[in-house]
Amino acid sequence: MYLSRYFRFCVQQSSHFLRRESCVQQKYSTAAVQPKVDSSFVGALKSVVGDTNVSTADAIREQHGHDESHHAVSMPDVVVFAESVDHVSKVSMLCNDNKVPLIPFGSGTGLEGGVNALQGGVCLDLSKIDQIVKVNADDFDCVVQPGVMRQALNSYLRDTGLWFPIDPGADASVCGMCATSASGTNAVKYGTMRENVLNLQVVLPDGRVIDTAGRGRRTKKTSAGYNLTNLFLGSEGTLGTITEATIRLYGIPEKTISAVCHFEEVSDAVNTVVSILQCGIPMAKLEFLDDTAIAAFNRFSKYDMTEAQTLFLEFHGPAYGLDDQFQSVKELVEMNNGFGLKQASDTDERNRLWKARHEMVWACTALIQGSKPYSTDVCVPITNLPEIVTKTKEMVKEANVLGPIVGHVGDGNFHIFFPVDHSDKETFKKVYDISHRMALLAMDLNGTCTGEHGIGMGKRDLLIAEVGEETLGAMKQIKATFDPNNIMNPGKVFF
Amino acid sequence: MSGLRVLVGCKRVIDYAVKIRVKPDNTGVITEGVKHSMNPFDEIAVEEAVRMKEKKLASEIIAVSCGPTQCQETLRTAMAMGADKSIHVEVDAASYENLQPLHVAKILAKVAQDVKADIVFTGKQAIDDDCNQTGQMVAALLDWPQATFASKIEKANGDLTVTREIDGGLETIKVQLPAVLTADLRLNEPRYATLPNIMKAKKKKMEKKKPEDYGVDIGPRQSILKVEDPPVRQAGSKLDSVETLVSKLKDAGLVPS
Repeated sequence: MYLSRYFRFCVQQSSHFLRRESCVQQKYSTAAVQPKVDSSFVGALKSVVGDTNVSTADAIREQHGHDESHHAVSMPDVVVFAESVDHVSKVSMLCNDNKVPLIPFGSGTGLEGGVNALQGGVCLDLSKIDQIVKVNADDFDCVVQPGVMRQALNSYLRDTGLWFPIDPGADASVCGMCATSASGTNAVKYGTMRENVLNLQVVLPDGRVIDTAGRGRRTKKTSAGYNLTNLFLGSEGTLGTITEATIRLYGIPEKTISAVCHFEEVSDAVNTVVSILQCGIPMAKLEFLDDTAIAAFNRFSKYDMTEAQTLFLEFHGPAYGLDDQFQSVKELVEMNNGFGLKQASDTDERNRLWKARHEMVWACTALIQGSKPYSTDVCVPITNLPEIVTKTKEMVKEANVLGPIVGHVGDGNFHIFFPVDHSDKETFKKVYDISHRMALLAMDLNGTCTGEHGIGMGKRDLLIAEVGEETLGAMKQIKATFDPNNIMNPGKVFF
Repeated sequence: MSGLRVLVGCKRVIDYAVKIRVKPDNTGVITEGVKHSMNPFDEIAVEEAVRMKEKKLASEIIAVSCGPTQCQETLRTAMAMGADKSIHVEVDAASYENLQPLHVAKILAKVAQDVKADIVFTGKQAIDDDCNQTGQMVAALLDWPQATFASKIEKANGDLTVTREIDGGLETIKVQLPAVLTADLRLNEPRYATLPNIMKAKKKKMEKKKPEDYGVDIGPRQSILKVEDPPVRQAGSKLDSVETLVSKLKDAGLVPS
């Protein structure tokens, strides 16, 4: 049977890689498809979506060949703009029949090179499919298409008293957030995409259109059949193209309190976080910024904060009771040698604070002219957080590089946004080493190499170490089943 | 100074994020089935009024809207944001097509006198017609001072100190009460209505009135002849030399031959 032969081929390849030593991140997929995207193929694409929706212009291809990570541009051969699910289905079939790579494109705001066209092919831009199909306000859910960005959705919802709280910082497309299983500053209270997607419409590589929970289903819970919704969540465009998402909404909090506090020692700050969570205080945001990060923050966003290990806190809740939560946290902060605990005085100040927090990627790259962000994304169980953050900071200090630490410590997840200039090979090597060691340390501490950004191109070797041969084999089995020709975003997640 | 009554004008417009499409018969834009919401500058005015109430400068906020029945949704939003009650001045859909700032200004002036408002507050302009006239006309009709394009409002003894955004930068003026204020973009960032407040708003009072109740004639003073899209942008072409560029410019009559 063709499929099982293919599977054995894949497993052999992956163990072959485990035996290799060198910088494996440079290798592309072995089950390679190297077609020629020629003029007749482009003509076939045009007859599906129309002439104006197909572009081979350099500028358009360049724009679609990278995201916001440090990975260099890899241009697709052609960019196609779909205007309907039917377009997506026909383009998928065309690519599958001709073994041409297909990469779905949402907002291009990813951080792991997810949209880079390592083997060229077709980049399928979904931004024109941009309707908010339905808002079921009383059921707290809504249905959106891939061109709907997160901020546009929340603006649309503003009169209903509801919002979609998953906030990865960037104004990402909601379906793109499904593809990378995104999360953000609010995950500690509202969860990540995994907990908030009820149904997905996916176009499989062969053009079949499926609804993972069945068309129109939007229940809070279900036991019907396999959980295909969560299979496609986080699949990074390697199993199919997401063309619709049914997502959970929440009530806009009645009252919000934001606050900042500082510590001399990293361990004190992180221990405070662990204590807050163990007390069961329902924080909405619990963010850590180290002193390097605060310096970048001050410079970029024109603030004047004390350059120390800092926690940014936010409480969401009903008008009553929130002050009590704040008092409890105040006591914990003081118990752990915290100082300077201050509430944001009003809405404008609160918005300014979080805007500056969200701009940390840019604040960090602003530290070195011409640099791009190399981000790490380890996540560990809460109790292992003090150890990994402290050890990470030591690694950064020892290597003598700029490594601002910023993170959703409330989830055990934190980032270093290293500003790197690829021409500075020495620094780049140091940064690569630290992030690699951090990921391995996280894995030793029962953690993961990527809490929310995805595997993309840069962490394929780490995935192998993280899940092990057997589990990786199971994943590749699924990939081979849905995408036997390996056209969907080849070179991502697996080699 | 305590206990100011603020009358806030709220216009229902097509939502700013919607792609506007012209009707096939070129008589207007498509409004059927299109998302509408409160004019963003009016949202800023409501937000400022609510903040004034929180600071105890104002004691009562009345939201008012002129238009068809759907305007009541806009008023509910204003009340969910913190307005105490509202007035819906009903204008049927057909007459609404030709309702102009002068009509609205006359209505607002009469409402202001009726409720004994100390401040009439609107957005600086509506995002559908961009007229930027209503606030100014209300001030003229009432013979009240006006502080338009407000980006900061502070109390100063019995008056208000208002910073205005003008072409040259910022202008700060002192305004005696009662006065007309219009809100500019940077005045504040409006709050989003929360579910509990939306539910409370359903119980707040909404008075239904008609333009005739205020003695205002809303007969049309103009008629729309044609509405059309701007011309579609044509693709450019790359030329390989200055000579070709010059000859093309000459051919197009843009440069004397």
